[in-house]
Amino acid sequence: MTKAILVLEDGRTFHGSAYGAVGETFGEAVFTTGMTGYQETLTDPSFHKQVVVQTAPQIGNTGVNDEDDESDRIWVAGYVVRDPARRPSNWRSRGDLGERLATEGIVGISGVDTRALTRHLRERGAQRVGVSSVDLDPQSLLAKVRNQPEMLGADLSAQVTTASRYTVEAEGEHRYTVAALDLGIKRNVSRRLAARGVTTHIFPASSSIEDLLAVSPDAVFFSPGPGDPATADGPVALAREVMRREVPLFGICFGSQILGRALGFGTYKLGYGHRGINQPVLDKTTGKVEVTSHNHGFAVDAPLNTVIDTDFGGVEVSHVCLNDDVVEGLRGIEVPAFTVQYHPEAAAGPHDADYLFDRFVELVEKKG
Amino acid sequence: MPKREDLKHIMVIGSGPIVIGQACEFDYSGTQACQVLRAEGIRVSLVNSNPATIMTDPEFADATYVEPITPEFVELVIAKERPDAILPTLGGQTALNTAIALHENGVLEKYGVELIGANVDAIRKGEDRQLFKDIVALAGGETPRSRVCHSMDEVRATVAEIGLPVVVRPSFTMGGLGSGMAHTDEDLERIAGSGLAASPVTEVLIEESVLGWKEYELELMRDKHDNVVVVCSIENIDPMGVHTGDSVTVAPAMTLTDREYQKLRDLGIAVLREVGVDTGGCNIQFAINPDDGRMIVIEMNPRVSRSSALASKATGFPIAKIAAKLAIGYTLDEIPNDITLKTPAAFEPALDYVVVKIPRFAFEKFPGADKELTTTMKSVGEAMSLGRNFAEALNKAMRSMETKAAGFWTAPTFTDVDEALEALRTPHDGRLYTVEAALRLGATVEQVHEASGRIDPWFLDEIQALIDLRAEILAAPVLDEELLRRAKRSGLSDRQLATLRPELAGEDGIRALRHRLGVRPVYKTVDTCAAEFQADTPYHYSSYDEETEVAPSDRPKVLILGSGPNRIGQGIEFDYSCVHAVMALRGADYETVMINCNPETVSTDYDTADRLYFEPLTFEDVLEVFHAEDSSGKAAGGPGVIGVIVQLGGQTPLGLANRLKAAGVPIVGTSPESIDLAEDRGLFGALLNENGLRSPDHGTAVSFAEAKAIADNIGYPVLVRPSYVLGGRGMEIVYDEPTLRDYIDRATEISPDHPVLVDRFLDDAIEIDVDALCDADGEVYLGGVMEHIEEAGIHSGDSACTLPPITLAASHIAEVRRYTEALARGIGVRGLMNVQYALKDETLYVLEANPRASRTVPFVSKATAVPLAKAAARIMLGATIADLRAEGLLLPTGDGGVVPEGAPIAVKEAVLPFKRFRTPAGKSVDNLLSPEMKSTGEVMGIDAGFGQAFAKSQAAAYGSLPTSGKVFVSVANRDKRAMVFPVKRLADLGFTIVTTAGTGEVLRRYGIECEIVPKHYENPGQRNAVELILAGEISLIINTPQGSGASARLDGYEIRSAAVTADVPSVTTVPGASAAVMGIEALRNGDMSVRPLQELHATLRGTN
Repeated sequence: MTKAILVLEDGRTFHGSAYGAVGETFGEAVFTTGMTGYQETLTDPSFHKQVVVQTAPQIGNTGVNDEDDESDRIWVAGYVVRDPARRPSNWRSRGDLGERLATEGIVGISGVDTRALTRHLRERGAQRVGVSSVDLDPQSLLAKVRNQPEMLGADLSAQVTTASRYTVEAEGEHRYTVAALDLGIKRNVSRRLAARGVTTHIFPASSSIEDLLAVSPDAVFFSPGPGDPATADGPVALAREVMRREVPLFGICFGSQILGRALGFGTYKLGYGHRGINQPVLDKTTGKVEVTSHNHGFAVDAPLNTVIDTDFGGVEVSHVCLNDDVVEGLRGIEVPAFTVQYHPEAAAGPHDADYLFDRFVELVEKKG
Repeated sequence: MPKREDLKHIMVIGSGPIVIGQACEFDYSGTQACQVLRAEGIRVSLVNSNPATIMTDPEFADATYVEPITPEFVELVIAKERPDAILPTLGGQTALNTAIALHENGVLEKYGVELIGANVDAIRKGEDRQLFKDIVALAGGETPRSRVCHSMDEVRATVAEIGLPVVVRPSFTMGGLGSGMAHTDEDLERIAGSGLAASPVTEVLIEESVLGWKEYELELMRDKHDNVVVVCSIENIDPMGVHTGDSVTVAPAMTLTDREYQKLRDLGIAVLREVGVDTGGCNIQFAINPDDGRMIVIEMNPRVSRSSALASKATGFPIAKIAAKLAIGYTLDEIPNDITLKTPAAFEPALDYVVVKIPRFAFEKFPGADKELTTTMKSVGEAMSLGRNFAEALNKAMRSMETKAAGFWTAPTFTDVDEALEALRTPHDGRLYTVEAALRLGATVEQVHEASGRIDPWFLDEIQALIDLRAEILAAPVLDEELLRRAKRSGLSDRQLATLRPELAGEDGIRALRHRLGVRPVYKTVDTCAAEFQADTPYHYSSYDEETEVAPSDRPKVLILGSGPNRIGQGIEFDYSCVHAVMALRGADYETVMINCNPETVSTDYDTADRLYFEPLTFEDVLEVFHAEDSSGKAAGGPGVIGVIVQLGGQTPLGLANRLKAAGVPIVGTSPESIDLAEDRGLFGALLNENGLRSPDHGTAVSFAEAKAIADNIGYPVLVRPSYVLGGRGMEIVYDEPTLRDYIDRATEISPDHPVLVDRFLDDAIEIDVDALCDADGEVYLGGVMEHIEEAGIHSGDSACTLPPITLAASHIAEVRRYTEALARGIGVRGLMNVQYALKDETLYVLEANPRASRTVPFVSKATAVPLAKAAARIMLGATIADLRAEGLLLPTGDGGVVPEGAPIAVKEAVLPFKRFRTPAGKSVDNLLSPEMKSTGEVMGIDAGFGQAFAKSQAAAYGSLPTSGKVFVSVANRDKRAMVFPVKRLADLGFTIVTTAGTGEVLRRYGIECEIVPKHYENPGQRNAVELILAGEISLIINTPQGSGASARLDGYEIRSAAVTADVPSVTTVPGASAAVMGIEALRNGDMSVRPLQELHATLRGTN
């Protein structure tokens, strides 16, 4: 077994064994508490530049399959687990997770006290980290970690977005057309839209309003993705253009933060973020609680229990996380726009919030 | 939305005696419910016939009725209490069935009582097989192809369509009673036939076999706003075909991708909504085809279940507590998460550990019973373990079982791979040992997968990994730190390692090496959220990881060792005593630390003790917890652990006392030396002699020759048994030499350290049980004196008994007191002691003395209003009986040996599990009582007179005694004279007497009219005793066995077996028959009333 170490920017060091590729990697250390869905997590572009710590201890049990990727590749910068499976077992499994990580060059570490690491990140906050199976000297690795860029201020959309436009056709009868800005989109978003008769054109992050309007969209979608929303001035301006034209707008996660900024709110970095598939969110419009999939390190700063006057009319916080009162959704009262900070497309995670795609379609219907 | 304000008074129904399929998990859930409701300012009245429960402690409800959970008695309670609502979803199937009956017979409507927690409609939809299938279809799910049948003709027609094998599932039975898998037409006739009989509505479901599919369970909760959360997913290692209660299970699910898991979740929620469980918990079982993922819904329980208790302990999410809050109107988002305090209960727990549960069986108690695991639950208990990976949790759970094997490689197993593979084809207790043997002997994972009926390869490979690790350990030149740490991280115990490296001087050597290398466990916290939020609850488990989470504390700590998995002879009664110790010591400002591994219990509720360690009760695991708590306490400037209590959890902790003491652990209470004294025949005999106490003549033997010499000397019959056992394991009455030889031949573990005890057996003696306290000053407090209804020779745990002793004279009690005081002082008891006596011809004999809490402590405490276990715990920590009298914990003067005028009579009755077992040929097992304990639980009947109390105890244990009908009487020659009076009385009361020839002859001579029927072999297939019983014509059976020993077993077996099958009350002793007659008279007089324990206790303590 090849030894590996993990060093956090505050100097705390963990020892383990190499998992996946042997090498060295850096990123922001974050933990996710989902007990299922590692394949979706690994291929979620929102984890770009992040070293993901899996709190669930047994990872890789179901191997990897051909259907569950949320994008074309593994995006995590590094992977930290406690106990990888020796042998995957599932009727859909087509391969071993460790081998796939190695193939895609993803440096990981196993055998780590992931609970201790998680508690540390909870208390000290998400921070830069290095994982290495080539440089086992903590001091040397620490110096390298401290030379890495921080997530705060990171503009990553360009690195994860599609190079050129592509289309996901509606299933069955075509009803509506959506222009989606790819800031790090997951496949299940367009699948959930397609299931409702929506054809989705996915655009590069640098697209202009004219680009989007060229497909005569019934609505525009702003995707999830990695990075600090404070850097995303281009998409923010684009969102304002969309709203100015009163084209229905729906945003998820990073897309939600973009809309928040477009409406004039600030964003801020959470201490250690929300990453997991068990987060309770209150839909303030219905009073119901949904268990939801989260993956966000930043959040919108908006007052919770009031209608806020913005450039686009009244806006209210529609969804809030019951664990910590973080803003999880915004809704325009005059302008046909709404967003959620979490993941109604799930993958991984519960389908409780799937109704939001229906709301999106209803919004389009009403507008149309 | 706050709680409902219209509910001021709620009645909670418990689950009654511990039986297979319904154990102490319902005490845990009911106790939580009572606490929650009272904390909300709601008056709680409670009905539960089981005195060994914490929930029936008078402080947990406003009015506690220890009364039978039958519609008749519950109606009496309703009439008296007039509650606004009944909460029936926390007392298992018993409570639910009773609530349904009260709804159907109009009682609820009559008294204006609302059912909360589940509505009748939802209960029906969950329980009625056909309705449920329709509902699953509506929810978009699939169920196995099947049909509901009400007759054997329908059954046969259905099977003609579906084809064999099929599963037979009777409706409205608990724990899968009466269900099974039919592979052949013969199987079908037998299983479906008894299934139809077992179902109260004569209904079985015949369904397509999904044998070998993967099996999953989800625990869900729903509130009135339709918010739903999945608390836990559970995966069965044993594929479909083995009842989930008998399966090794894992949480969370290990071999599902997110897509499949979410599909389960979506379907579970859809079914829950469709069934209409408005508020509360439910459990849904699924099967998944391992080849293509096809998913099938198997069943749901619209209530808190055994799995809910497991899920609560596995996740830290208190399902019963939350269910009670939802029932009174709260919503999930309004209820705080107990563990984080800051986040709400509207979430789904995330685990960063793996949980394994293993069932505990008791086949050794039922010779002849079929040991194949099927869809009928047969296990009597379970242990759960937590680890940071599957292997660690599995190994910890395996050594928690307290079976002969304490994990892989600690006991002999298969040596031939083909034999092992063949054995895997039949599901059996300890199947994972067989899996390991097969793999180690060279079978591939694929072969084992196939042979085991498709255990998932992931689990098999985890066991293969342990075998690979074993090979490394065997081959390593030295056991270095790296390898040792890896072994410990995989959950291997010192004992397991010692078997692999014998040169390291055993377990102690491994431990010394491990400590020298600094390889010690850390303790992680169960926090519901995988460390995302800070946890406030010190609920810990060990792991060989880096960081420990034990919070330093400078308070004086006391460790209480629990009793491990329930088994026959060691069950909820011991947990009750442990919980009482915790309560008493918390109240006296000690920091209490509980160690136990039984997920069903109140002791393993994280709220019970100040700190909970969910750990195996082995020497190694206990010593490490002690070390962690003691060293962190001392580091914090406190005294650390000042005492460890081993006396209350039964034989399990007691068995650790010597080694713990030798390792420097401060055992409080009766010293291990004193415990040994009571077990050592020589020392104990000397003590008796010194004090002029009699005991039956006896001797100790390590060979047949020695045993024979003793028996010849003292005369037959003799009582033989191994030393150091609980529950009379291996105890038999031997009437002749050949039987003695046979016994010694069978007792394989005889050695000078473990000799066989041979005692003169006192025929026809009255057996007396005493629980007493003794303090450091040698003051003795008699807790209670119980008189057994059955004569000596029946295990005390299986005997009915009364308190106060109804036939003993004051002089007998005085003698009992003299003996007990001498024994307690002579042994050096500090705390509780239980003594069993036999009274024969006015002479008192000591049968045995046990310096520990006994099974009867809760019964005595409830019958006398004195919490003996609480007092014992305080005495162990240095209080005197005088102190406790002054405090009011004990009576100011007098004790339980002197019962006040007008005190009620309490009867304890044992509940036996014979119905659960069948021989491989499909017949019932024998229900004859013996010195070996076989009961799983007990009930208490309490009333002003013996007749009423006995009638209540019977109603609570078996359903009511009959008040009219036919009584079948067939008794041994020696009993014929004694039987005349009770049978005459029954005839006078209008019963028709049916007898066999011999008995009838005698009865007729006394002028009792009776119909004589042939024995079954005298008239096979025609009108004979067995046929009459099976036809349901008989309402009471009195049958005592002819002869002794093996022949006694044979005689009347067919009759008793028929009684078990037809579920007819059956009495097998003369005193039992007399008691039954008194009970029947009380019932016929119609003078049954109910009184809350609080009132009875006020009378007993003279505070009223």
